[in-house]
This record gives sequence, C-alpha cells and structure tokens, in this order.
Amino acid sequence: MKRREFVGLTSLAAGALFLPSFPGFGGSPVDPERLLEGVDPALKKRLADAALNAAKSAGASYADVRIGRYLNQSIFTREKQVQNIASGESFGAGVRVLANGTWGFAATNTVTEAGLAKAAQLAVSIAKANSKVQKDKVNLAPQKGYGEVSWKTPIVQNAFEVPIAQKVELMLAANAKALDNGASFVNSALFQINEQKYFASTDGSYIDQDVHRIWPTIGVTAVDRSTGKFRTREGLSAPMGLGYEYMTPKAADKIAGPSGTGLIGYKNSYDILEDAALAAQQAKGKLTAKSVTPGKYDIVLDPNHLGLTIHESIGHATELDRVLGYEANYAGTSFATLEWKKQNKPYGSKLVNIIADKTQPGSLGAVGYDDEGVKTKQWDIIKDGMLVDYQKIRDQAAIVGQNESDGCCYAQSWQDVQFQRMANISLKPGTQKMSVDDMIKNVDKGIYIAGRGSFSIDQQRYNFQFGGTVYYAIEKGKIAGMLEDVAYQANTQEFWNSCAAICDESDYRLFGSFFDGKGQPPQVSAVSHGSATTRFNGVNIINTARKIG
Amino acid sequence: MAILSKDEAQAILKKVLSFSTANECEATLTGEIGGNVRSARNAISTAGAVENVQLIVESRFGKRSGTATCNEFDDATLRRCVQRAEEIAKLAPESPEYMPLLGAQQYLDGSKAFAQNTANITPDYRAQQTAASLQLCEKRKLSSAGFLVDSTNFVAKRNSKGLEAYQAGTNLEYSVTVRTPDGTGSGYATADYNDISKFDAGRLTQIAADKASGSMNAKAIEPGKYTVILEPAALVANTDASLLQALMSAMDARSADEGRSFLSKKGGGNKKGEKLFDERVTIYSDPTNADIPDRIFANDGRPQKKVTWIEKGVVKNLYTSRFWAQKAGIPDIPPPGGWIMEGGTQSVQDMIKGTAKGILVTRLWYIRPVDPQTLLYTGLTRDGTFYIENGKIKHPVKNFRFNESPIIMLNNLEAIGKPQRVGGNMVPPLKIRDFTFTSLSDAV
Repeated sequence: MKRREFVGLTSLAAGALFLPSFPGFGGSPVDPERLLEGVDPALKKRLADAALNAAKSAGASYADVRIGRYLNQSIFTREKQVQNIASGESFGAGVRVLANGTWGFAATNTVTEAGLAKAAQLAVSIAKANSKVQKDKVNLAPQKGYGEVSWKTPIVQNAFEVPIAQKVELMLAANAKALDNGASFVNSALFQINEQKYFASTDGSYIDQDVHRIWPTIGVTAVDRSTGKFRTREGLSAPMGLGYEYMTPKAADKIAGPSGTGLIGYKNSYDILEDAALAAQQAKGKLTAKSVTPGKYDIVLDPNHLGLTIHESIGHATELDRVLGYEANYAGTSFATLEWKKQNKPYGSKLVNIIADKTQPGSLGAVGYDDEGVKTKQWDIIKDGMLVDYQKIRDQAAIVGQNESDGCCYAQSWQDVQFQRMANISLKPGTQKMSVDDMIKNVDKGIYIAGRGSFSIDQQRYNFQFGGTVYYAIEKGKIAGMLEDVAYQANTQEFWNSCAAICDESDYRLFGSFFDGKGQPPQVSAVSHGSATTRFNGVNIINTARKIG
Repeated sequence: MAILSKDEAQAILKKVLSFSTANECEATLTGEIGGNVRSARNAISTAGAVENVQLIVESRFGKRSGTATCNEFDDATLRRCVQRAEEIAKLAPESPEYMPLLGAQQYLDGSKAFAQNTANITPDYRAQQTAASLQLCEKRKLSSAGFLVDSTNFVAKRNSKGLEAYQAGTNLEYSVTVRTPDGTGSGYATADYNDISKFDAGRLTQIAADKASGSMNAKAIEPGKYTVILEPAALVANTDASLLQALMSAMDARSADEGRSFLSKKGGGNKKGEKLFDERVTIYSDPTNADIPDRIFANDGRPQKKVTWIEKGVVKNLYTSRFWAQKAGIPDIPPPGGWIMEGGTQSVQDMIKGTAKGILVTRLWYIRPVDPQTLLYTGLTRDGTFYIENGKIKHPVKNFRFNESPIIMLNNLEAIGKPQRVGGNMVPPLKIRDFTFTSLSDAV
C-alpha cells in the first residue's frame, strides 16, 4: 500500500465522537497500515481457543467468542462544503457462555490470550449468578462445527481503499447538480461499513468473515420564501451489501419509473448525480403539488418504498423473539403469535410470497455464517398468502418444534451480545410479464408512491401509517401530476390481503434499512428487502396537512 | 481506569497537548463504567457489563482540522494519536465555517450530576432490583419484561487556548412492561435518576402491574378529537422519539433562519419573540437543577447556563452553533441537555378527578415526523389507555394512532400537572383538548 493511502485511511479513526449511533467505538487502536489487511487468522484462532478453554475450565457447557475489527466511515456534506468526515475503528472480543443452563456475556478490548480468558471467566460468573433466578434452562439447537472456514462479501472495490478526496468530490458534485436544478439546500452523506469478524465456538467452528456495506444518501430542500413553505425530496438510492462499485452507475441497472414521472429506479449501482438533479426538480414541484383528497385509492408502490412496508409489517412481525415476548418492553411483540399461526388465517392474498434469505448477493444481511456460527440459508416465511415459518436462532428452534436455527443471529459489534435480528425479507416478483406502465394502465383512481417517508407501526404490527418521498395521482390508467400531504393507513392483514398485482422479475430490486434498531441496550443492524412494483386495492389515504397559525 | 479523577484526567490531557505541533489542539477524555440486566417472561434474558475510556484529539492547521481517537494511554500510543490527527488535518479541505477553539471558560459550580451511591452499584444490587420486579409479577400471575441500566462516567477537556473542563456523572434508568397472561392487558412504568436513593424497581413494577390488570379487555371507541391526559412518559420517552423532545430539537436558529423550520417566518427571519404557545408554557434548562443535575459544558466546551427557551408561551431563545451565531449576529447558546417544563401541583390522579370526559394515555410509541413544516408527528398509544368519565377512569380503551403537532398541542392546553423526571428532563403531565386520534389499533 502506498504512503498516501495510509494517510488517507488514518481518518478512519476520526470523528467517532460526532457519530454516537455507530456501534463499537472504544476498541484498541490499530495501526492504520494494518487496517485493510485483517488480523492473521492463526493469531485469532489462538486467542479464541484461550477464551473457549477458559470458559470450559470455569464450568461453561457451551461457549463462543467473536473477535472483531469494525471499521466505519461517514462523509457528510452540505451545499459546497464538507461538514464532517466521521470515522472509527474498533477492535475487541466478546465471549458468550452457557453455564448452569443460563447465558452470560463479557467483552474486552484487551485482545490478548490473558484478556480473553479473563472475559470468559467473567461471562461464566455472570451466567452462574443469573442462573439462580432462572426457571428454565436454555435449550440450544444442535450445530455441527465447520472447522476453519471463511466468507467475504463479493465486492469489486473496497470503499475504504478509495481516497477520501475522490468520495468528497462525488458528493459535492451531486450537491452541485441539485443546486443547479433549483434546490435551496442540499445535504449528502456516504456511509461505509467493514466488519472483519472471527467466530469460534466449542462446537468446533473457526469462521473468518469480511463483510462490507455502503449507503450514499442525499436530501434536497426547496424553500419558497414568499409563502414560507418548504419541501424536501430524499434520494432514491438503497443501502447495499456492496463495495464502492455501487457508486459507478451502469445503464443496465436503471429501471424506468412510470411514464410521466421521470423517476428512475436503481438496481446494483446508483447514479447520484442524476438522482440529485431530479430530486431538486421534484422538491420544487412539491411546493405547488395538489394536496390529496382523502379517501380510498388503489395504490401502486415502488420497491424503494415497499421495502419499508415489508420491513415493518412482515419482517418485524415474524421475528420469533418478538412473537415470544422478549421485546415486550421495547420494540413490542407481534400479532402473528404461535396461536394465531395455528388458526390458518391468510396473512395476505394468494399473490403474496415472502422469503427470508441471508445469502442474497448485494443484500445488506448477506453473510456466510451468522454470529453464532450457523451457515446461512433461504427459507419461506409466507407462501401463497399463508404464514408458514418465523425467523429464529439456536435457543428458539425447539420452541417451535424445529431442530435447527435459521442463522439470523447478529451483534452490532464485538462488545454487544448477539441476538435474533431480521434476515433479508423479500416479496417474490410476479410470474407473469408486467411492467409498471402495464400495472398503472389498469388503475382507475389511484396513487403511485416512491421512496421512503414517514413510517410508524404499532407494537404488535397491526396498525400502520406510511408516507413516501414522492406521490403521483393516477387517473384512468395514467399518471396525472404530483400530489402532496399523502399517507396511507392500514391494518397489516387487510393491507396484504388487498395485494392485487405484482410486476415481474425485471422490475425487482432491493431497498434497505441501514440502522434498524432493536434490543436493550439498543443495537442496530442492516437488512435488505426486495420486491417489484406492487398494487394494493382500496387503501385508506389520509391528508396530513395541518395549520399551525 | 474507567473513571479518572480531575487531576488524573488533566495530567493525561496535558501530556497529549505537549505532543502537539499544530496551530491549535484540543483533547477530550471520556470514560464509562456500568452494567445492565434485561428480563422478559419473568426471567433474566441477558446481562452485561461495560468499561471503557476514550481519547479524542482534534488538531488544526489554519482552517483545516483532523480528529483521531485511541483508548490506550502509554506515551507511544498518545504520541501516535496526536500525529494521526495532525496528518488528517493537513489533508482535510479548509472549512468555510471554521471557528477558532475556545479559550478558558467560566463554568457553573454546583451541579450534582455525580452520586457516590449510584457509582457503588454492584451486580448483586442489579439482581436484587430485578428479582423484586420478577417476584411481584410472578405473585400476581403477570408477565414482566424490564431493563435496568446504570453508568458512572466522566468527561474532561483541555486545549491549547487554555480551556480546561472536567465533570463526572452517574445515571440509572429502569423501565418495565407488565402484561397479562391472556395478552389483553399491558402496563408500563419508567424512571431515571442521578442518585438512586429513591429508586425502587418493585414500586415501579407495581404501577405497571396495576395498569396491566386494569387495561384488560379494552373497549373500542371511535377515533376523533379527544381531551387527553398525557402522562410524562407519553410526552418524553427514553426509548423513542417524543413530542416534547421533537419541539426542543426544533429550537435551532440556523434552520429557522434558512426557512426550513416551523420557526421560519414568511419572507425570511425567525419567530423568536413571538407568542406561539399557551401562556402557561414555560420551558428552561439549568444544569444545576436539583432534580436533573446535568453537564455544565457543551460538547464544544461552551458553558451551559440557565436558559429560558419558552416563557409564558413566547419563544425567548434559540440554540445555535458558534459559526451561525457569529454570522447572524445572535446570542451564542449551545443546545441544552435536559430541560424543565414548569407545571403545577396537581398529580395525574388530581387531573383525572377534574375531567368530565377524556382519555388517559400512559405511553406513546413509534413517533415519527410527518410534516416538518408544521412539526406534525404520528404514533400510537400503548401500555395503558383509559376512558375517563365524571372524574373517574371508567374503562380501558383500545389503542389509537394519533396525528398531532406539539405546537398545536401546546395551544390546546387545559391543565398542567406536577413535573416528574423522565429521560433526564422534568416533565409535567398535560391535559390537552382536541388531541387528534386518526385510527384504532388492535395492538395490546
């Protein structure tokens, strides 16, 4: 590596103070020259064995250790200037044990054999102390050891190896595009994550993984000083499990939106310059758009919007820890209980097929093995409208009469305990050829919605209200101008049962959530949701405009 | 070494500054030691402990700056951390919003943010408090899920312009949700303290348990505009966005001046000095307040003092960055930590007695912005929603979705109760007329 690249990378350590939401700060500093090379797996194996042996000697019946180096970098700009380059790196290890049938966990940034052994002993002592108040022992699904294996996100270009100056230049060029097209203000940001994770367990696995994620995002504001009105339009990128190649647009990755909107959907690469220009034009358009008349409409949802609806109303509702009550004090429970599932009520119409997939290329949740050493897979959650399975980890499988985990255990950093997190949850595209224009042609009175907006759902995932980034009226099969003040309210089951049409594979793309929160202490995880444009009939639209005097 | 004394911290910071060759250099040390216990289904699910100290070094050459961090404290590591900050500074673009580092500052004395008995918390103490909660629910055949977290921390700063600051603090937060076995009732309680002498997990669990039992088999009533009594945990949450925190977070001068805030004025400028709320609304911050002792300096080293944000319904002050204060020629005020909304002497029970028809709300959930222009937010009631008639709780009601703005809400004020501490703020229960519920939720 060249000297200049080292120096550029030193800013990986900068600005941790300014971005507290990033996990895992506080680890030991690592010589920047070593940041991209990874820690020698042989060394990590030796360290891991020290932890596992210490745990067993202290009385653990099971133990796992995660040695992680977590890199993140964020570039924040507004208009013509860089606001901040916030970066961090963190190195440490977390040891989880089962003793007396109870979990214990301890983490340390002293990554030495002695340091890890000490953490393991502490974890066992915590488990033993807590076991005095436990009623039922933890029942782990069996898991074979994989020996020494590795996995890497299939990236083309590591975003951390791209000089900061090049990335800053692109963000400022996007801002300039927005300003040239009439934006009053523009903010842009580029988030990059690299998790170098090593997992070992008393089952006999030694798993080395290198995980990458990226998210460019832009927000444009148009202000009309004479009326005091302002409107924003967010970028239509998706956070992805890709490298910096996502920032090099390819024509083949662009999917045209409905005729009359000018919208473009992005698949595996993103044209931030093009999107910034359109964002400015549409933010201005929103200043004079017609305020929606509330009522029932057929709504056509772009994948960049629908992903969040899937996330909230299906993804979280089918997490088994929520179903069982482990999130009751924070994120809530779920209507889709084990009893509800037994009743065989339809979750959605027969068109609705939802799969969970931790292997999908380009997705945020793709890994080779989860954070308790389970090889990842794809499985059905909803088949022909019926709930057929949940998302679960090793200590939950027996509760639903299964004998293996789904491999969706995750911790945001080495210093946080791993627990059940959402797999990529996606709606299968339609099997018959249908473009977005084909779909809209059949809508008499409707609204087309693209992009992520305001989103809120109750603690059992029944009642939700979602807005979007841009809205277009559909009248007699055609786009008929922009709308404003739109939100739809629905009940999860009624909504998915109103699913009337899904475009085909050619319209399919991923949306993602980069900082999905759950747990106490709260942790974030990143997850993707794939879909094609989808139609829902007779949905309740409200007008969100209010006056404040 | 997680909690350093003032002298220990400043000794490290002096050494760090001695390694600097930059025009300006500022070093900050933060440390924390703490623990947590999480429970669900009347059993402990996870428990953990954290301990960490971190150094942040910011170096500046002209208008260029760079920051580096480390958490080892031998001379070689400290020297390398300073060198890395300087290398980044030399590479960074010049900032058009550059402001020189602050010099020596005068900070208030008397904040009681640190309490020794909180710093003395042991794993046994956490286990005992959690056990008290679990046992109460077991006895009443209810199911509890709770979270107890405590920390002892410090922040120390020093820079080449003569700024020197240090403060230690402690905190404990507890929240518990109690549910009935049939899944038709749920209740919630939460509290936080610097000093744990008043903390009692059992007492808080009792409140949540009573709400759970009382909220079984809720009746559906039509959504619409209702008089509501919002308990403090419904106005400010430590687990979610909240209506009053949204209001306080919007008190930023720059976004108001730029035309993208509810405080922006048609034609330019902001609404400072205008009466935007009911005249009974007064909100201020004061780091020496006995109930919510807070940080005496902001992240950038500016002193935190008593500031009145809203007085008798009039917007009195907006917070701002140092750059924007200088550019706009306005007072240079940092954003507050905790804040205090003045209230009356009535308890929630007193407020219920004085209500002919209304709805009591324990907690609001998944609160998200809908329209920044009007500060319109949506969200739902949760964990104890009750119909009030003729001064008494008549029956539990199903949960609602709301669409409401804190600005409208604070203009529809009927009564203000006695403030309680929530999420590091002092918040009174509020009785609000015409609060807008837009749909029903079946969630319990």
